[in-house]
Amino acid sequence: MRRFWDEYAENRVALFALVVVVMTIAAALLAPWIAPQDPFDLAALDLSDARRPPGTVGFSGMTHWLGTDAQGRDLLSAILFGLRISLEMGVAAGAVALAIGVTLGILAAHAGGWIENAVMRVIDLQLAFPPILLALVLVAILGQGKLPLIVALVTAQYAYFARTAYGAAAAERQKEYVEAARATPLSPARVVFGHILPNCLPPLMVVATVQVANAIALEATLSFLGLGLPPTEPSLGMLIANGFPYMMSGRSWISVYPGVALIILIVAINLVGDQLRDQFNPRLRR
Amino acid sequence: MPGYIIQRLLQAGLVMLAMSALVFAGVHAIGNPIDLLISPDATQDIRAAAIAHYGLDQPLWRQYLAFLGRLLSGDLGRSLVFNIPVTELVFSRMPATLELALSAVLIGAVIGVPLGMWAGYRPDSVVSRGIMAVSVLGFSVPTFWVGLILILTFAVNLGWLPAGSRGPTVEVFGIGWSFLTLEGLRFMLLPALNLSLFKLALMIRLARAGTREAMLSDTVKFARAAGLSEFTILRHHVLRLISIPLVTVFGLEFGSTLAFAVVTETIFSWPGVGKLIIDSITSLDRPVMVGYLVLVAFLFVTLNLVVDLSYALLDPRLRRGRHAA
Repeated sequence: MRRFWDEYAENRVALFALVVVVMTIAAALLAPWIAPQDPFDLAALDLSDARRPPGTVGFSGMTHWLGTDAQGRDLLSAILFGLRISLEMGVAAGAVALAIGVTLGILAAHAGGWIENAVMRVIDLQLAFPPILLALVLVAILGQGKLPLIVALVTAQYAYFARTAYGAAAAERQKEYVEAARATPLSPARVVFGHILPNCLPPLMVVATVQVANAIALEATLSFLGLGLPPTEPSLGMLIANGFPYMMSGRSWISVYPGVALIILIVAINLVGDQLRDQFNPRLRR
Repeated sequence: MPGYIIQRLLQAGLVMLAMSALVFAGVHAIGNPIDLLISPDATQDIRAAAIAHYGLDQPLWRQYLAFLGRLLSGDLGRSLVFNIPVTELVFSRMPATLELALSAVLIGAVIGVPLGMWAGYRPDSVVSRGIMAVSVLGFSVPTFWVGLILILTFAVNLGWLPAGSRGPTVEVFGIGWSFLTLEGLRFMLLPALNLSLFKLALMIRLARAGTREAMLSDTVKFARAAGLSEFTILRHHVLRLISIPLVTVFGLEFGSTLAFAVVTETIFSWPGVGKLIIDSITSLDRPVMVGYLVLVAFLFVTLNLVVDLSYALLDPRLRRGRHAA
């Protein structure tokens, strides 16, 4: 563990990315305490403060460092709360997709025979479809809201986990320790989850990091298109969409700052994922 | 070989059947379509007549069979908003999307392949690192955000290019095209660039990986020994070696470009099928949703089938079936 960390810290860019990710998560978690304003508290909003450029001091005496949006909401506070919602959706969807995908993939590799063929055929077919299209179909069918959106994101993503878990587990099942575990009177479930699963974790961790970033990006895209969360749950994508009409008249900050927050988060998570992939890759081992 | 083709065709048919069942179930899951079709204060008799007319009093499997029958005869129903047949509506919007997607894939290949080859040829140079950074950004930054920045930079701040809509088109064979006039191209440049970014990133990665491998091959060693210039080697030998995977991805990606066009078309108000589906979702125009989904599913299944079959033609091992290899 210690060696792993030292190796990680050698890459300055990856280290910086990790710091950014941790700080973003902390800011999102602490949003209700560190945000200058509660964006859901309608009484705190003043319409005469609407669409103020960054750095303006509002009528309430508060400095709007990143400006205000069309409702006079402080943009910095809106972004902090938006980060919270975006991260929540990304992590929730990623976790459920991980659970479903890994179970399917490992069971397919363990069961073999026609089950293996059938499950992997379906998953390969699904991987040929672009995730955004699947998510779009599901949102169209299920309607808007948190749960439909998570279902859509999970459906669009579980196949990647299943493919990775299957690949790793299929490589493991040839090994002697699995044979040995099977020879003992342990239950098949214990062999699968107690012996095979832990050895499949490294590649799964890499996919999980990248997929959380993808889920956040996908959620932002759907929300931007007006098909994501309801207006009561303004994620970063919706903040960007809200500012889009004002962009043409030069008030670009309403869209740009939430977008910058989104990009920093996604790129940082991807950089961490890249570094993990390099470190777990046995071919690049020194 | 014929056995393999039949097996693949059957699979493709099964997938289409599953997709149609899914879409059908989806359409029935969202509310009762009869409420949308007739006014709420219609009499009980009119209501019953309408239900019988649309076959909604039949059991579900009967309705599904009827739906399949109409699908096979190319009848996807009428749009509730535009009141014209869905097939006509989708095909009238198709050319706009097609030319956008084609130009995006072309931009991605024409710019991406040389950049990627350079990055693979000189993997440690500063330029190559820059190219790879562009490719990482292209993969991770969401398309809609790049579109916004393009509009902000080139349309709002610099004022060089229009921010949206399609602009003038030229009629050829009764279909309007944008790429034939300079003005049309001006309108097309930003959306095409936006849509191409992901392809660009992908082409860079593929070309780089391929070139790195090809530079170590005997072909290149012998070509160097023969005294050919480095440019000739890259142009004639390396490009040829890496072209097969590139062409495959080019074909497969064309399908996903059509899907990604949904986002780009919405941002740039480009009147293609992508914008049509978003509009139909927000206005609950179900026949259009169903029609679009069935057509796109059909397109994907066909593209995959073509790629699979051409692989089988090129690779004799695959012809013997999946488990022989």
